Amino acid sequence: MNAPHRTPAGGLIDRGHTVGFTFDGRRLSGHPGDTLASALLANGVRLMGRGFKYHRPRGVLGVGVEEPNALVGVGAGGRLEPNTRATDIFLYDGLTAVSQNRWPSLNLDVGAVNQWIAPFIPAGFYYKTFFGGPRLWMFYEHFIRRAAGLGVAPTQPEVDAFDHRAAFCDVLVVGAGPAGLAAAAAAAGAGAKVILVEQDERVGGALMRDPAEIDGRDGLDWATDVAGLVRERGGRLLTRATASGFHDHGLVTVVERLAEAGETPRGGVAQRLWHVRARRVVLAQGAIERPLLFSGNDRPGVMLASAARAYVARYGARPGGRAVVAGCDDHVYLTALALADAGVEIAAAIDSRDAAGGPLAQAARARFDCHANASVTAARGGRHVTGATIAAEARAFDVDCDLIAMSGGQTPAVHLHMQAGGALDWDEAAGAFNPTAPRQHQISAGAGAGVHGLAAVLADGWRAGGAAAAALGFSPHGASPTSTGDSRMAPAVSGAAYALPAGANPKSAFIDFQNDVTAADVDLAWREGYRSVEHLKRYTTLGMASDQGKTSNLTGLARMAAALGKTPPEVGLTTFRPPYTPVTFAALAGAAVGDHVAPNRRLALHDAHVEAGTVWQPSGYWRRPRAYPRPGESLADAALREARGVRQGVGFVDVSTLGKFEIAGPDAAAFLELVCATGVARLAVGRGRYTIMLREDGVVADDGTVWRLAEDRFLMTSSTGGADTMAAHLSYVRRVLAPDLRVMATAVQERWTSIAVAGPRARDLLAALIEAPPPAHMSAAGARIAGEDILLLGASYSGERAFEVYAPALAATPVWRAIAEVVRAAGGAPYGLDAMELLRIEKGHIVTGAEVDGRTSPHDLGLSKMPRKRGYVGWAALQRPDFQRPDRPRLVGLEALDGVLPEGAMILPRAGAAPEGHVSSAGRRVLGEGAIGLGLIKGGPDRLGEVLIAASPTRGLRGRVRLTVPMFHDPEGTRYRD
Amino acid sequence: MMLIACPHCGPRAHVEFSYARTMDAVLPLDATPAEASHILYQRENPRGPSDELWRHTFGCGSWLRVRRNTATHELIEVAPWPPAKAAP
Repeated sequence: MNAPHRTPAGGLIDRGHTVGFTFDGRRLSGHPGDTLASALLANGVRLMGRGFKYHRPRGVLGVGVEEPNALVGVGAGGRLEPNTRATDIFLYDGLTAVSQNRWPSLNLDVGAVNQWIAPFIPAGFYYKTFFGGPRLWMFYEHFIRRAAGLGVAPTQPEVDAFDHRAAFCDVLVVGAGPAGLAAAAAAAGAGAKVILVEQDERVGGALMRDPAEIDGRDGLDWATDVAGLVRERGGRLLTRATASGFHDHGLVTVVERLAEAGETPRGGVAQRLWHVRARRVVLAQGAIERPLLFSGNDRPGVMLASAARAYVARYGARPGGRAVVAGCDDHVYLTALALADAGVEIAAAIDSRDAAGGPLAQAARARFDCHANASVTAARGGRHVTGATIAAEARAFDVDCDLIAMSGGQTPAVHLHMQAGGALDWDEAAGAFNPTAPRQHQISAGAGAGVHGLAAVLADGWRAGGAAAAALGFSPHGASPTSTGDSRMAPAVSGAAYALPAGANPKSAFIDFQNDVTAADVDLAWREGYRSVEHLKRYTTLGMASDQGKTSNLTGLARMAAALGKTPPEVGLTTFRPPYTPVTFAALAGAAVGDHVAPNRRLALHDAHVEAGTVWQPSGYWRRPRAYPRPGESLADAALREARGVRQGVGFVDVSTLGKFEIAGPDAAAFLELVCATGVARLAVGRGRYTIMLREDGVVADDGTVWRLAEDRFLMTSSTGGADTMAAHLSYVRRVLAPDLRVMATAVQERWTSIAVAGPRARDLLAALIEAPPPAHMSAAGARIAGEDILLLGASYSGERAFEVYAPALAATPVWRAIAEVVRAAGGAPYGLDAMELLRIEKGHIVTGAEVDGRTSPHDLGLSKMPRKRGYVGWAALQRPDFQRPDRPRLVGLEALDGVLPEGAMILPRAGAAPEGHVSSAGRRVLGEGAIGLGLIKGGPDRLGEVLIAASPTRGLRGRVRLTVPMFHDPEGTRYRD
Repeated sequence: MMLIACPHCGPRAHVEFSYARTMDAVLPLDATPAEASHILYQRENPRGPSDELWRHTFGCGSWLRVRRNTATHELIEVAPWPPAKAAP
């Protein structure tokens, strides 16, 4: 048995099957091919939502993605999708939809009280709340915040998979209505590879709401044949696929839905984002109908005329029983006839033009009460339309009805054309912008190009498809598809369509239905001095909701233009930006979620660290051992134990992530002296030194070491975080700044694992391990461990005697194990990043990311003696007088006097004063007690002994600190120097 | 997503490349301090054709001089940098 508002037969729905769904807990049913909106209408449900601000009852306005009112939450848990247009979701078994923005129910919404305070909350009221006392603002802000927003955000993680794919084609056709199909037929017929994308679930476009004959057969059969032709010729047809953005160089992103919102995808993948690189693009997305302005034009039962026709013709659902049809062109008569044929009583047909000619008007006049020079001024009714007030020539009269179908003109959907950098032309007769000059290889066709009438649209599509193919060297042949029957619409009168009729109340004449922006709000913006269309948009929020003004931008713009005494093209449009319709973040992320959100850079010794019980620290894309806590140990305890172990005995640490570069060639030394600010050329073979590298502007970029392994071969190290930047920098110096040098610079970071063995016992243990004397401090030597050739560098970061063991990464584990065995036997243990921090802070070693923070010069860091005079990257800019200012923040040590030294805290001379620096590194004494750190303070080294305040208001911490020399352990370096 | 025609690898999506700087921001090693300040801090920012230094980082790694229209993203010319020396 049919639902009460179904037409007895017809439509593109499968009446042989039913689909069960729920809306606000109510179980209903529809047919395959229904959208949620059409199924609701067929079941007599007209109230589908509540307006954003005033909570006025709302029904469905349109039939497609332009829908601003009927927004529902669909699905549950990880599949919950809020703000889904009921017109843009096709029924599936078990679809669960819930209306939004109402409490406790759609029928009885407490939020409706907002209509009573409407005079206090017009457009822009929120900005005005910022004038006045902050305390009062904090009070009512609480309520405003609760009231803001439409749907309910999901709280569960996404459960489905999402995919990205790339595709390449000769001609991409956007839109499979008559124009797009004709274009695809022409291009595919000429031999071009065509991708045809359509956001609906089937091809046909306007043919589904306005049946017609094409090439002597049913228009939808013709459409199916064209789709088949595209596939036959090796092309691709994607349905439920929205061309979302037109980017550079013919790249169009297409979002394909493989499952409806909330539906379990059959193949596991819910949506696919296509990156289509097309050599030519035909834009055939059609036009979007405009609403009319009159009081109460937002009531349930007021809808676009094209939507009314689509509901009866395509979905077999009557949106009402007795209709008033109003508009500014022949769509009025087309709609009245179509509704009447579907069993809807026509109360009146209202045309704003003078008495129209043409067969449609004549046919309508023969059957219905038609009025020329007339407009609807108001819709009566609350939760649904009960009647219309009409002004015709001199008089006004009321008509009872439960449906008002309105047509205020057609707006070509020029979004993709504009995203591609195209230009627009104002068509005065149609009252809309048409696409003109393209900037990329896009061609617009059909209603989207301002062409109307099926015969003209088919010819225009054929022309566009053929032109696209011809431009690529293909030879289009054959003739355009044709349609008989007089389908040309007599032109509209645009002015009348935009104007609010005399007698209508601008405060309830809605322009933007989703953001509740009325004609009065546009007038308010103009009165308050906002003249630019960009200001109009932001002040009133017109066009800023999820429908992005598809049914409202032009109407609002025209009203502002009229207030300014200008034409719409003189006022201009706001910028068109992707996406065309809302896209879920999951579709944009694709497979890059969870563990795949970023590359995982895995240490060669990863498993050994796991075995040793490490806690990991993310460090860029790396994960590095933070500490190796023993059972019952906190991380802080473990770090302190490990650091003490190094000071008192021996420890070992994986430092493989440091940047490592092999520099080789006759000009290797000269090259390094460009990159490093220190001397390098005079290093003897087998010797190394600490060095700094500057940016071009004189700021320290990184620090590291350089080792001369042979006359013309060096190993350079730098920080972990700066490794990739250093690699790019070396390439830049090598190829752009000094291309004539004979040198090769290779990043060998991943080729070598490096393990530092540090502590007073390190030397003896290594000597036993390699069966030879280890190298002296700042010397390099080859050796063997566990049967592997290794490089040994005598270098200390911890402040104890230390050696870095460089082993080939693929052979790292045996070397690590050999070291671990001897170290553990001596009572030592592996240590991690936290212990390294404690050790280096005690020694005042700067680190990239803390003291080397992109602002500090060598002088700021206490390294004035290191740079040479000239001839390296950054030397010239380092001469800037600003670098010599005495009040620059400079490196000092910090000693906490109150036990508190938060990293990142500001340093103040006294409470309430302006900061004079900050704590760049915070730690504690390893063998002693007390918090210590490093900081950058104005004039630091000249103020040693001063007591200042370290304060972190966000953490509620503050304490006194004394400025000291940045060195807390073994100032002479006796523990590691020879 | 621009399509950049690398002279060695052919047309590739621009995610494979790294934009380095405009050509006039290349600071020669022998620039004086005054010249350095000028090049670092006083540069033109044209709306229109702009000469830029790019690198095909995730491809062949070569440095390229790209003449790009900053308003339309039209790529007017892509050539290796430094320019290949003429054969002797």
